[in-house]
Amino acid sequence: MTNNKKPIVVVEGLRKYYPVGNSNTSRARQMVHAVDDVSFEIAEGETLGIVGESGCGKSTIGRQIMALERPNAGKIWYDGQDITAMSESQLRGIRTEFQMIFQDTNSSLNPRKQIYDILATPMLYHKIATKENVKQEVERLLDMVGLAKSSLNKFPHEFSGGQRQRIGIARALSLKPRLLVCDEPVSALDVSVQAQILNLLTSLQEEMNLTYVFIGHGLGAVRYISTRIAVMYLGKIVEIADAKDLFENPQHPYTKALVDASPIPDPNLRDRSRIVISGEIPSPVNPPSGCRYHPRCPYAKEECKKVDMELQVVDSSSSHLCACPFYATNLAKEE
Amino acid sequence: MEHKGNMQRVTKRFMKHKLAVVSLIFLLIMIILAILAPVIAPYNPNQVSGGFSKPPSMDHLLGTDQIGRDMLSRLLYAMRISLFVGAAATVISTLIGVILGLLSGFIGGVVDSIIMRITDMVMSFPYILLVLVAAAVFEPGLWSIVLILGFVDWPGVARLVRGNVLSIREMNYIKADIAAGMPKRFILFSEILPNTIAPVFVYATQVFAISILDEAALSFLGMGVQPPTASLGNILNGAESITVLTSKFWLWVPAGVLIVLLVISINFVGDALRDALDPSV
Repeated sequence: MTNNKKPIVVVEGLRKYYPVGNSNTSRARQMVHAVDDVSFEIAEGETLGIVGESGCGKSTIGRQIMALERPNAGKIWYDGQDITAMSESQLRGIRTEFQMIFQDTNSSLNPRKQIYDILATPMLYHKIATKENVKQEVERLLDMVGLAKSSLNKFPHEFSGGQRQRIGIARALSLKPRLLVCDEPVSALDVSVQAQILNLLTSLQEEMNLTYVFIGHGLGAVRYISTRIAVMYLGKIVEIADAKDLFENPQHPYTKALVDASPIPDPNLRDRSRIVISGEIPSPVNPPSGCRYHPRCPYAKEECKKVDMELQVVDSSSSHLCACPFYATNLAKEE
Repeated sequence: MEHKGNMQRVTKRFMKHKLAVVSLIFLLIMIILAILAPVIAPYNPNQVSGGFSKPPSMDHLLGTDQIGRDMLSRLLYAMRISLFVGAAATVISTLIGVILGLLSGFIGGVVDSIIMRITDMVMSFPYILLVLVAAAVFEPGLWSIVLILGFVDWPGVARLVRGNVLSIREMNYIKADIAAGMPKRFILFSEILPNTIAPVFVYATQVFAISILDEAALSFLGMGVQPPTASLGNILNGAESITVLTSKFWLWVPAGVLIVLLVISINFVGDALRDALDPSV
């Protein structure tokens, strides 16, 4: 896979189930299979995009990497340390190294605190800044994310969504992290602001040698920022490849459908053999047997209903992994 | 100073409620009168200073009671006692409620279950009966009634705070704090608590009003503040007799009206505060 760079995060066999409703009383507790046996690596300095429909488990993966929740099974190594086995106090020692930015900018900042307090308190607590230079540090952070110094004494409600997202980024960066988990950071922003935030993230990455996990459902944004992309469907990764490779040469019918579903500005390029997904996403409480995509897959075979498809190397020279062994051969037949 | 902008907005929204502004002014005047009772009361409230049950006159503006004490002086002192009982009971119950609510919502699990079951228990007790029994077991008096009311009124506050904590706990800024490795005490006291204070404040005004009513009810029944100390409730106690009720209005109308006005204006202020403090408006 990514042999050239050492991985900063290794996820192995990650599973996270949530109980359905408040089912203390019901005998057989039903579970949402939010993330079901997912493994991948993130190389230092890269941006791993995670895409998928709502409810496919992409944000859950983000929360597990951030150690905000404990997985039901599986391990997550951060820089060689298994964070799933750490106690809360052990975790506190390394938490500053991975930070998160959120989708909902309304709830990501305490409405009763000024920007200065929001940014300064964690730095002072972790002794990243001293009482003497903390003001300078906060101003430097604001400058870095493109906000005026006068923002210091304002409250979150005085900012627009894009500006609040910038503050969120500044807060995440204030602790000098190495890994940034971006949970749909631009999904709630309008398009022009999305581009600004994405450009800001890209330039910050170069400046500070950051590693990103970029979770999103808009393919455009994910493609723009990611070096590698993982496609998720119903709690599983169905395909993972370099961004360019994934878009030009999708190997999984679901990936192909996703790529086809994103609008193409140039009308001359539009006419292609498009896959249109039909039907609803099945319930993650009772996921389909075998390949989870088979009820909606136009190429589904009898075998797909029985065998749980594993990620396999598509071609030995690349790092392209795909969970569907049939699609490529199907395509060849059609042509 | 930090919240200057915020305070101004809240004040402005509060001012829109004319009734609440009038109520607030009335309350402030009453509180000042109560505090200044020893200075402005024309007579010693517990000393006989005129004839028995005399109607209002220039000497005794609100007349005298059955044993010749000046009613105006007694009313001023009574208000002092009633407001004090209401305020002290509110402070006690709010403190208990906030602490238990914070613990319950923040720690969760077994602690949450235990605290909430106790809350349900206290809530499901017949209120006035509990207070009567408690008043009978402990010696009735000023402090016992403060404590009794304080220990009875907290479940509402606890539930309110717990609900707030549960919703604030899911906010992204709390997740950001956890991700930043901030300590629990910071999250609890610096992030969660300030965000629950506004609704608690509003709720406390209701508790204040209810406490004044409860004190009046208890004292009326003779289980509250004990004579000769005057309270709005035990002044009303004199109205138990039919002759007083029908022909000696000055013995009970002022105290009754005062209770009604105090409770109504506290509730108006509370309603306006709720609107003014609601950030979604």
